[in-house]
Amino acid sequence: MEKKIIYLRDTDSAQQDRINDFFTLFSNELRDTNLIEQVQLVKIADIGLYEKGVTVKILPENIVYIGIKNNDVKKIIEETIKNNKIIKELLYEKKSKQIRAVLKNCGYIDPESMEDYIAAGGYKALVKVLTEMKPENVIDELKKSGLRGRGGAGYPTWMKWNFARGMNSLEKYVICNGDEGDPGAYMDRSVLEGDPHSVLEGMIIAGYTIGSSKGFFYIRAEYPLAVERVQKAIDQAAAAGLLGSNILGSNFNFELEIRLGAGAFVCGEETALIASIEGKRGTPHPRPPYPSVKGLWDKPTIINNVETLANIPQLIAGGGAKFASIGTEKSKGTKVFALTGKVKNSGLVEVPMGITLREIIFDIGGGILGNRDIKAIQTGGPSGGVIPREFLDTPVDYENLGKLGSIMGSGGMIAIDDTDCLVDLAKFYLKFCVDESCGKCAPCRLGGYQLLRILEKISEGNGELEDLNKLKKISYAMQKASLCGLGQSASNPVFSTIKYFEEEYRQHIVNKRCLAGKCKALVYFKILPQKCKKCGLCMKNCPSNAILGSREAGYVIDPQKCIKCGACFDICKFKAVMKE
Amino acid sequence: MKKDRLQADLEGLVRKWKDKRGNLIMILHSVENIYGYVPRDTSLKLSRLLDVPLARIYEVITFYNYFKLEPPGKHNVSVCMGTACYLRDAASLIEEIEKILHIKEGQTTKDEMFHLDVVRCLGCCGLAPVMMIDEKVYGKVKKNEVVDILSKYVKEEE
Ligand SMILES: Cc1cc2nc3c(=O)[nH]c(=O)nc-3n(C[C@H](O)[C@H](O)[C@H](O)COP(=O)(O)O)c2cc1C
Ligand code: SF4
Ligand code: SF4
Ligand code: FES
Repeated sequence: MEKKIIYLRDTDSAQQDRINDFFTLFSNELRDTNLIEQVQLVKIADIGLYEKGVTVKILPENIVYIGIKNNDVKKIIEETIKNNKIIKELLYEKKSKQIRAVLKNCGYIDPESMEDYIAAGGYKALVKVLTEMKPENVIDELKKSGLRGRGGAGYPTWMKWNFARGMNSLEKYVICNGDEGDPGAYMDRSVLEGDPHSVLEGMIIAGYTIGSSKGFFYIRAEYPLAVERVQKAIDQAAAAGLLGSNILGSNFNFELEIRLGAGAFVCGEETALIASIEGKRGTPHPRPPYPSVKGLWDKPTIINNVETLANIPQLIAGGGAKFASIGTEKSKGTKVFALTGKVKNSGLVEVPMGITLREIIFDIGGGILGNRDIKAIQTGGPSGGVIPREFLDTPVDYENLGKLGSIMGSGGMIAIDDTDCLVDLAKFYLKFCVDESCGKCAPCRLGGYQLLRILEKISEGNGELEDLNKLKKISYAMQKASLCGLGQSASNPVFSTIKYFEEEYRQHIVNKRCLAGKCKALVYFKILPQKCKKCGLCMKNCPSNAILGSREAGYVIDPQKCIKCGACFDICKFKAVMKE
Repeated sequence: MKKDRLQADLEGLVRKWKDKRGNLIMILHSVENIYGYVPRDTSLKLSRLLDVPLARIYEVITFYNYFKLEPPGKHNVSVCMGTACYLRDAASLIEEIEKILHIKEGQTTKDEMFHLDVVRCLGCCGLAPVMMIDEKVYGKVKKNEVVDILSKYVKEEE
């Protein structure tokens, strides 16, 4: 029998207890059936599925079972491991709307093994480039492919590379932007951790194309596993002669080194990132000059996002035309999103450009938690905007999202339901940008702070209608006058929430109510006498003694004393406490 | 003990990085990894060894959130306030921890047992809200579970 691997994961919880029990169940069963030698059991940290109970993946067949109970273990060993039969009731049917191109290896190969990567077709593109292609041929393929940067702005990759290639300089640099700053996203991390060699291969090809002999990985220090795996991949590639001098006998030399980010969102911006690699504070510089002219240590430099680079090997191996066969007119290939928020299946998804938001949220994401109503979708993180549900049928590409006032961004996608408050959401993102502003230029430093003050005022119940105009004016000034992308886009969440949900702002300002119940000052708790069973639990749990009454007379909340902690709302078993 | 070792390391570190351009941040990362913060006397020594002004070193340390000037607590409690966790009310976890430990975010308890940080996406949004104590991740944490989780660490000490 071919050796099998069973991956185990509790997709409901990061705690190890339940999965340890299953690990024992499986190993006992394997021992009893004398299969322990043929099957390897591995507990893994991410299986690509979430909230699906105990999940196993059986390799090499790649069978995934979800929601496994104790008594299924025996059956799985008996039927699937021994007799190669699939158990339909447990089988997880893959959602076909996804395409795995960038993520094709993630979760399928051992990220620490270069042999695995090569066995999956890795480094073929590099060999092809070094033995058959001139730099200009690579540029041609990129141009044909229509690949655009996945880091946010969507700049055509071939143009960036072509500029740098055309620069006459002995020293040039390639940088991989692994700073992943969007606070709700982890696509790049998954690629770096799950398939580091693909990014390496992309960088080496980039180096060859623009005529650079040195590249840097700039990775967030908060991603220690990614750093470790990339370092391992670099060492393996160097040992195999894929890095170093005279790579594959081509006279091409290339080295790679890791530099760590240190927790500054602005360092995702190209010029700030360069300053950071130079060992300085990460403050942006005006562009032009663009990095492709004057970048790291004033030398021509290209900076690409992790996912952009991970696209390169398959693009070259399959050819630009094949890559361009997926997508819309101006946006080609696939995009990885970190789908989170109020969807049933949150997790990473990889979809073809041109898929609609509805398909992502409902067909892949399984719809909204508790089957509530979707209110909006947020893309692009703190630099992006919200898209109201009227536009759910919009095909996802750079142009369409931009037209709606959001951006493709690096891949954060958040479903927002009717229990979320958009004023609070705008405040959340803005606070992030205010915390992260480097302070170099006034529009961002002062404008962001003023916007935040106004939003706070509104959420505390002191807003005036005039504030809406002020918000718009300041947003506009920041967009026009800030030095870098952080300040230019920081007001997007505010701008777009006002654009589509002005009514919700008015509720806060005029009616002094937050219907979603997020802005504490604008929420009122009330006990509904018809539902109250007079158990008294809320009174015992109220930290500020705001609940008055007795088991005979029933209970009421004294609004003067209520501190709006929500303890009564949480504790009441009869849903007798309501927010209004 | 630890300090003596670092002393030796510091010179080794500087030797390892001396010829590389833009080395300061990488050296500070190594220091932070050993101590959990960047002690002032280390910065002074680095300034001498690297021949860069102390002000340049502090300029960098204070710019980046990752570098700390104060020693951390024994257990590091990080609550995720990434977007997914924010939407699933991580704010109430922070409030609860602040109430239990009598500290605010970024502070350490008087007994130096716990340090509370608010961090961004820990990469397990499917488990939101998420908190992490040292290396251990707790997912789908409910407000009323916080006490139990924290008290485990106190009991361990006894
Ligand atoms: C404030 C700010 C933060 C950014 N953060 C990131 C990031 O985390 N990752 C990223 O790849 N690009 C980020 N970018 C975009 C980069 O500046 C740059 O455009 C990108 O890395 C280029 O690569 P691409 O052409 O492959 O997309 C950020 C830009 C700004 C203004
Ligand atoms: S826009 Fe903000 S982050 Fe960018 S340079 Fe100005 S102050 Fe710094
Ligand atoms: S906990 Fe609920 S049912 Fe019990 S007294 Fe309070 S409101 Fe009434
Ligand atoms: S937002 Fe908390 S883990 Fe992603």
